[in-house]
Amino acid sequence: MVAPQLSQDEILRYSRHLILPDVGVAGQQKLKAARVLLVGAGGLGSPLALYLAAAGVGHLGLVDFDVVDLTNLQRQILHGTADVGRPKLDSARKRIADVNPNVRLETYETRLTAANALEIFRGYDLVVDGTDNFATRYLVNDACVLLGIPNVYGSIYRFEGQASVFATAEGPCYRCLYREPPPPGLVPSCAEGGVLGVLPGLIGVIQATEAIKLILGIGQPLIGRLLLVDALGMGFRTVQLRRDPECPACGTREIRALIDYEAFCGIGAPDPSGADAVPEVTPLEIAARLGRHEDFDLIDVREPSEWAIGRLPGARLVPLGTLPEAAAGFDPSRDVVVYCKGGVRSAKAVRQLQEKGFRRVANLTGGILRWSDEVDPTVPKY
Amino acid sequence: MAITVHLPSVLARLADGRRALEASGDTLGAAVGDLATRYPSLGERLRDKEGNPYPFVNYYLNDEDARFQGGFEASVRDGDEVTVVPAIAGG
Repeated sequence: MVAPQLSQDEILRYSRHLILPDVGVAGQQKLKAARVLLVGAGGLGSPLALYLAAAGVGHLGLVDFDVVDLTNLQRQILHGTADVGRPKLDSARKRIADVNPNVRLETYETRLTAANALEIFRGYDLVVDGTDNFATRYLVNDACVLLGIPNVYGSIYRFEGQASVFATAEGPCYRCLYREPPPPGLVPSCAEGGVLGVLPGLIGVIQATEAIKLILGIGQPLIGRLLLVDALGMGFRTVQLRRDPECPACGTREIRALIDYEAFCGIGAPDPSGADAVPEVTPLEIAARLGRHEDFDLIDVREPSEWAIGRLPGARLVPLGTLPEAAAGFDPSRDVVVYCKGGVRSAKAVRQLQEKGFRRVANLTGGILRWSDEVDPTVPKY
Repeated sequence: MAITVHLPSVLARLADGRRALEASGDTLGAAVGDLATRYPSLGERLRDKEGNPYPFVNYYLNDEDARFQGGFEASVRDGDEVTVVPAIAGG
């Protein structure tokens, strides 16, 4: 392929790259010729898109179906306050065009699925995984392995992050690292568990660095290595990864087509016995019972940091992790209503209490978020 | 035999907030068992009910993937360092 020429304006814009011995004009031309797909325009996708655009990656693809929410702005620096309620791809397009109008941006306003991933990925040199759930991470990985496209991986939780480069010709893939995902609910999402706002900045910039190194063919990319970042201790540790000969994706290659990733991750398939359904009660019903001064136990299973934001009247804080011990002091002859932020952790708590023999226990549907919507808007949403 | 086990903060909460723990045992599995005895709720996150490792929690023995050194059967020596790395998916 003929290397694209740099205009006078581009030569000036990229001058700090052009004078770098390992980049130079030839390297900048490689960046201009490169096609990089970013999956997700959120915490990781924001610094990725901004830095890769600024660096002069000629063709960026961006997959996202979400709209900007006020809670995104603590870390998703691609979007601003004026963008709340608008599609993330709109604010991304506006910001990227301002950062570098030379970038050709292709947007895919869709949820990445097994039905569309191969079609979207085909033709890209690199895919960068900035997604926020296990199902999409396995999907991105398998599509990259099937198409032979390197997968620049990063993920975050609370104060810690991971980064690596998967699915290269010589290195391991994400399935070599984790053969199976944790069961749903075991590892909370950032919406449930929180995340330090600058952390996706740290990890996203590491992913951008790896993407640029791969395009330029310089340095030692994180192939066969997993970088562990600890923001609190501010420590970086690298552990060695190996290609797993038994890996169904890149080892035995028994995965020849994309699968049902929601099912693989145990999502959305209700237990046929109905055993996973818990008794539910709506916020309006609870408000009415409180109004009648009915006697029942209202248990808040969130963390103390969440309790400090706001709570329901008459509630008692019992963080989910302490429930097994605290339940010994509950009275099984009384009604118990359990709530959390959105209703997922409290459903788990209801199941735990049922296993301990509690029969008069119910989950507050939709948690404190729905309480705020339907009963008392002065209880803040977060 | 004492080895050092490094935990991510999410698991350290189940071990009185300690990010690094001393554990004893001749094998990785025995050292994990020692921690599980001392910190039962941490133990549930380190190994399944049969005492086997989970496919979504990896152990790195001196920064090498323990699965390729025998898994929980891998022998450990005084001064060895183990890093526990559970899968995370946030982005």
